[in-house]
Amino acid sequence: MPILNKPIVFAKENFGDGFEKGLKMKPIDIVLAVRESGLKGRGGAGFPTGTKWMLAATAIAEKKFVVCNADEGEPGTFKDRVLLTEFTEQVLQGIILCGYAIRAQVGYIYLRGEYEYMVSQINNAIQKLKNENKLGKNILGKGFDFEIELRLGSGAYVCGEESALIESLEGNRGEPRNRPPYPVNTGFMGYPTVVNNVETLATIPAILNLGSDWYRNIGTDKSRGSKLISVSGDVEFPGVYEIPFGTKIKDMLELVGAKDTKAIQIGGASGTCISAKELNRNLSFEDLPTGGSIIVFNNSRNMLKILKNFMEFFVEESCGQCTPCRIGNKKLLDGVNMIEKGECSVAYLKELLSLGETMRITSKCGLGQSSPNPFISILTTFGDEILATY
Amino acid sequence: MTDGNYVSRTPVSQQPLKIEQSSPHDIGGLVEIEINSKKFKVPFGITILEACKLFDIHVPTLCHHEDLCIAGVCRICSVEVEGMRTLQASCSFPITQSIKIHTSSEKVRKSRRHILDLLLSEHYGECYSCVRNNNCELQKLAKEYGVDFYRFGHVKEPYYDIDKSSYSIVRDMNKCILCRRCVRTCIDLQEVGVLEALNRGYDTKITTFLDKPISEVICINCGQCINRCPTGALRTNDPSDIIWEAIDNPKKHVVIQTAPSPRAAIGEEFGLPAGNSLTRELNTALKMIGFDRVFDTNFTADLTIMEEGTELLNRLKAAIVDKDESVKLPQFTSCSPGWVKYCEHFYPDFLSHLSTAKSPQQMFGAVIKTFYAQEENIDPADIVTVALMPCSAKKFECNRPEMVDSGFKDVDFGLTTRELAQMIKEAGINLPDLPKSNFDEPFGEASGAGLIFGATGGVMEAALRSVYEIVTGRTVPFDNLVISPCRGMEGVREASIKLENVKDEWKFLEGVELKFMIAHGTANAKKVMEKLKKGELKDVHFVEIMGCPGGCLGGGGQPIPTSPEIRQKRAEAIYKEEAELPIRKSHENPHVVYLYSKFLTEGPCGHLSHKLLHTTYTKRGNYIA
Amino acid sequence: MLGSELSDLNIEISELVEKHGNGRQSLLPILQEIQKRHGHISGHAQQEVARLLDIHPVEVNGVVSFYAFLKTGIRAKYNIRLCKTISCELANKASIAKTLERELGIKFGETTKDERYSLEYINCLGMCDQGPAMLINNEVYTSLTPHKVIEILNNLK
Repeated sequence: MPILNKPIVFAKENFGDGFEKGLKMKPIDIVLAVRESGLKGRGGAGFPTGTKWMLAATAIAEKKFVVCNADEGEPGTFKDRVLLTEFTEQVLQGIILCGYAIRAQVGYIYLRGEYEYMVSQINNAIQKLKNENKLGKNILGKGFDFEIELRLGSGAYVCGEESALIESLEGNRGEPRNRPPYPVNTGFMGYPTVVNNVETLATIPAILNLGSDWYRNIGTDKSRGSKLISVSGDVEFPGVYEIPFGTKIKDMLELVGAKDTKAIQIGGASGTCISAKELNRNLSFEDLPTGGSIIVFNNSRNMLKILKNFMEFFVEESCGQCTPCRIGNKKLLDGVNMIEKGECSVAYLKELLSLGETMRITSKCGLGQSSPNPFISILTTFGDEILATY
Repeated sequence: MTDGNYVSRTPVSQQPLKIEQSSPHDIGGLVEIEINSKKFKVPFGITILEACKLFDIHVPTLCHHEDLCIAGVCRICSVEVEGMRTLQASCSFPITQSIKIHTSSEKVRKSRRHILDLLLSEHYGECYSCVRNNNCELQKLAKEYGVDFYRFGHVKEPYYDIDKSSYSIVRDMNKCILCRRCVRTCIDLQEVGVLEALNRGYDTKITTFLDKPISEVICINCGQCINRCPTGALRTNDPSDIIWEAIDNPKKHVVIQTAPSPRAAIGEEFGLPAGNSLTRELNTALKMIGFDRVFDTNFTADLTIMEEGTELLNRLKAAIVDKDESVKLPQFTSCSPGWVKYCEHFYPDFLSHLSTAKSPQQMFGAVIKTFYAQEENIDPADIVTVALMPCSAKKFECNRPEMVDSGFKDVDFGLTTRELAQMIKEAGINLPDLPKSNFDEPFGEASGAGLIFGATGGVMEAALRSVYEIVTGRTVPFDNLVISPCRGMEGVREASIKLENVKDEWKFLEGVELKFMIAHGTANAKKVMEKLKKGELKDVHFVEIMGCPGGCLGGGGQPIPTSPEIRQKRAEAIYKEEAELPIRKSHENPHVVYLYSKFLTEGPCGHLSHKLLHTTYTKRGNYIA
Repeated sequence: MLGSELSDLNIEISELVEKHGNGRQSLLPILQEIQKRHGHISGHAQQEVARLLDIHPVEVNGVVSFYAFLKTGIRAKYNIRLCKTISCELANKASIAKTLERELGIKFGETTKDERYSLEYINCLGMCDQGPAMLINNEVYTSLTPHKVIEILNNLK
């Protein structure tokens, strides 16, 4: 299913011959262009892509790698699914351009196991590029060799985290690494590796085609460009939308046909839950960061049951390595169950909220650092309603 | 990371940092940092934890261990680094720029307390019924942080069964805090690969292949995992209750043989620092507890040298003179039961390289229930032999079906240092305060060569002292009998000694360069065996392998904790004790001479020796059914 | 397993190692192929893979048990996985769950006696705009209704 509203960046005509233009540039100029454009990671963490590429490009190593993070597992997110099926070639072009910019030799697409039905489509696209000399040896006669290999995941949300992804590629359990050192310094097999989200990489050919200034002018000061948003839940038109950063929530809700809204979960299970009173807030890294998912809940929904669904998700998907996430998430889930049975005192709830704060700062990776978010935001925003019901 | 053909098992992100150093000044240079508002200069690239250790700033840790690679999983060592939103694990955060660190700010203290509360909420078991009461790192931390209530609840029922299937190791996963030390020990340090984390998230369990009982997998019983476990999740299979019963039974004649490594380390269980050997005090304690006789395992260590040394010379003769292809060289020592089982599992086709001589413990068992029983006119059925060993694998060894050459179970129980210390404390005795006393006859005092068996390289040194003298008639050409190429803690050592001007009966060894190798820890054993497989050890004659890092002094039954420094101190204690002994060569031990003249009259490797003092091995392979 | 089955499996595994390489980074692709062909990765297969890749069997077991799609024990011809995350939950996955349990005669987490169907929950499939959704082997079915589910199951024969 394509994008439901008028695309801003992701219109086929925007990509033009961005790929060919890119390969005519010097690698360092591509990195500078990406940095100029203000593009930030579209997977949720929002790290400036240009900085990441610069660190990898300036690293001295005999091998470098590009990894396309297609392990989209965040509940409510399906924008990468659309990109991989509708904009396959653009994604591949982005990977090749990244490889060219940082002087890598091999690119991996880490595709989540649940998207296995896309494998033949992606392989066909790879073959097509090979036939057009846009992949393989001496790409477009520039003396640049690059290969892309497709690798599948096997059902682990935590492997969407960049260092856990690299561990998975190396044949280990998908347990995140100690950072620093970061993957741009010590990544796959110890070599500098750039791990970028599908959407980030797919944007690159458009930026190189229309210029970084064009991209800068979309969005806000700190959040340049546009964002693909997957909308689901109690809305009339669920699907993928493209909006410039800075779009207000209430405009978003109107666009998707949401009625009777009680709460909106921004950024998937690890994001924040806002109530219908905060509709003037906007989608951006400054205000409400999102990895690309909005789930809308109407007045018939029970917020505690929704919270339980999220916490069960985290308990199952935690890798189990570090103490705060492994045990902390279970304690938060137990707390939700206690609230449901009417057995949770306010004092204990305060302890759990404080535990959530600890998890946010001591967990080893993003999963544990953001899994308390729904717990804290739902119980803070809807605390009165929940405690009144139970 | 590769060094020759050896691939390091340390995870890539924990290997020495290769961060690009931006200016020449940075290379090997110092970085100025601030810890708790005080300025310090530290080498570029060290972790925050190491920096704090340099300046005696205390940061608590749980999953960190000096012998093992960094894990960074417990998060107890978290510290605050100004400018970073999250707390950083000090055990794994490298210092590459000027940063300001706070090791006990409010955030840090609250977080550490929370993490401790989380660990305690999953930890089943009460301290007073645990073998690690008063020596448990989790307990220590709970005290340090003033834990006086269960913030997040407590486990009421155990969720795992205790695995008691092995003779040596008992696993109680209810107490496991998932620090992964045992996993890193078994996979990275020892390269045996028995324990790993299975499943994911809250269901994660540290267990064996397909969660089988540990006796059904390829565990070699070295017990290194026990030494490094911070809690009571892993412990040895303690027979002290049965031993107390035997001691208290007037009909039973209970004898104990003590090995040198426990004697060098048992002081640590009584509050002494590492490096104090309490051999004579221990004799007094054992008699006070009620053992009928106290013997020195060094006696049979000397016997082992005679048997194994003769076997080596026989192999050399067969190989050099008779050109017998069926005789295998190099000969490997066989006194380490962990190494023997490792060889049986992983290199079963090379078992013919293992010396057929038993370990000193098992030789003693056979000698006691035959020779000693005859001499003292005691019915061997009433003799209970206990062996005080630093080793958890000895418990498995004494239960091997073939170890009944005396007509009875040669050694009834293997007792570890920790377990004996517990028995001594139960009897109300404070070991360091006791007067000294000697070992009992008829085995009396042994030589120093037997004593150094406890350190890595000791067996080789003892063997060389005797073999060289038997062959050439002269003492080894080393000052004060200290064969320095044998000493030290390097993983794999090799050296050689030239045999010149030999006695007539050893003419075939004239001019032969006797090459030997020493390895300790099964990871190093693997290196040696891989070389053997490739045929690179063609001119090596004798190899000593100890299953545990450091040799027996680092064994699975030794006092906890262990570290490279502690093992070094124990080695020094052993060498110091040895240097002061009157007899320092195995063949000069008068009791050994007496045994051969009166009992084993055909001499070493004779018929009776073969029956009692030599053994066979089982090809086990590493396939787990 | 019969001796002949074992040696067939060994040959298959060594061919896979030939194809993907014998470094540890080939572990996951090799395990995924074994899972696809046999429906599970038996203890024997894990040891054989470990032997050829020169790693410990327990490490392979650690990897297999970590990932939700790699199984040691269960084998079924059709692995049915129903999404239970929030958007599908809002779209009434409960009725689909009831239908599946009723039609197959097993509960979630179980396999039918004839080893034809296994039923389990799975987390977000990325079909949140077309929920409820489920995977059968690697085919995805969206916008499910109880009626549709019965049709799909019938077509599986």
